[in-house]
Amino acid sequence: MTGERPIGEDDLQAFVDGRLEPSRYQTVKAYLASDPARAEQVQREIEQRDALRARLAFKAQEPIPARLRVANIIAAQRRPIAFRLQRMAAALVWLVLGGAIGAAGGAWWTERSSQPAVQMAVADSAIAAHRIYVSERLHPVEVSGDQEAHLVQWLSRRVGKPLKAPDLNAQGYRLIGGRLLPSGAEAAALFMYENGSGNRLTLYVRSSVGEGETAFRFETRGDVSAFLWIDEGLSYVVSAKADRAQLLPVAEAIYHQFETTSGPAKDRL
Amino acid sequence: MDEIVSLLEPQIPGLRRYAWALLRDNEAADDLVQDTLERAIRHWSQRRRDGDLKAWLFAIERNLFLNAVRQRKSHGVHVGVEALENAPSSTETTESHMGLRDVLAGLDALPEEQRSVLLLVSVEDLSYQQAAQVLDIPLGTVMSRLSRARGRLREFMENGRNAVLRRVK
Repeated sequence: MTGERPIGEDDLQAFVDGRLEPSRYQTVKAYLASDPARAEQVQREIEQRDALRARLAFKAQEPIPARLRVANIIAAQRRPIAFRLQRMAAALVWLVLGGAIGAAGGAWWTERSSQPAVQMAVADSAIAAHRIYVSERLHPVEVSGDQEAHLVQWLSRRVGKPLKAPDLNAQGYRLIGGRLLPSGAEAAALFMYENGSGNRLTLYVRSSVGEGETAFRFETRGDVSAFLWIDEGLSYVVSAKADRAQLLPVAEAIYHQFETTSGPAKDRL
Repeated sequence: MDEIVSLLEPQIPGLRRYAWALLRDNEAADDLVQDTLERAIRHWSQRRRDGDLKAWLFAIERNLFLNAVRQRKSHGVHVGVEALENAPSSTETTESHMGLRDVLAGLDALPEEQRSVLLLVSVEDLSYQQAAQVLDIPLGTVMSRLSRARGRLREFMENGRNAVLRRVK
């Protein structure tokens, strides 16, 4: 045929891949018919292409591992602090339970050695308040959750630091309200939440100026569990009749919400 | 979020297969895919809306692979870059005793740029245009590189077979 483009290596490759338009395909086929040696090579390349596809097919048919699920990767990227907190909390439990103090854990322990006594006192007050008020049927709170703005403003002023009532809907808990408590010579705030099955949890917050930040610490008194930590000049204690695994996500959510309020993200944990 | 999931997940099987073909190690290959997905998600908003998602993802994966190769080279541990460019056959199967070679051994005989073009076009079904984008080379270069890769693979498979037959005699 006159005027037709001569056969090129791009034609032969597209022939191997089966990507030629029909008219060009016929042209290449005619060309190969006239050159048996070339046709033999092309046939080999087609076979090897098929062999390579077949040899590797199994990998694309395997179920996708959980760590490659896009939702999991996104979640991991969104919650780096929570994850690291969880690891830290797990490491701390080891410390308390086993006394197996690793290098990093040991440093944390000695650095904070003056604090546990103070923290324990805060934990005791918080858990005592929890016990007294969650079982109160008529007056569990002084100001109810439907006046949240007023409640938060009032408690912030008395505690001397800007507070907020964390949103725990994602954890299944709704704010009932809060009250003011004495804490030594100072004031403490108690927020109370309730879930669908009537279980209550409390968040106790008081000023802790001058005390360094701490990681999560887990305490139990009888059937009440608590996570406590100090951050940005405030002591937090979240208490509930729940086990550690149930309470940790709540503590993380609270930590995270206060962290986003108080400005720049910290890379301490 | 739903959009990211629905666009990315269909690409994962191919990304895993390409990674495995390059690395031949299940864990290392999935590490590479995970790095690829993390990077894609982080840079999701910067991706060109009209751009080709598949080509973008394979380009990220290949660049991460090449970075790792370079890093290993500069640290001078384990494997030199020649070994990775021309990986030794790790796939001696019973077929090879019968005079046939595992096609993966032939793949290993190719330099990385030829291996990649072959995998992207022959196995992952990227268009020549997409392959040009991934490899960051002109379309014409894709065609000539593909031609060289297939020629070299063919020769390797044939010479390998002859070599085996001679040894049997």
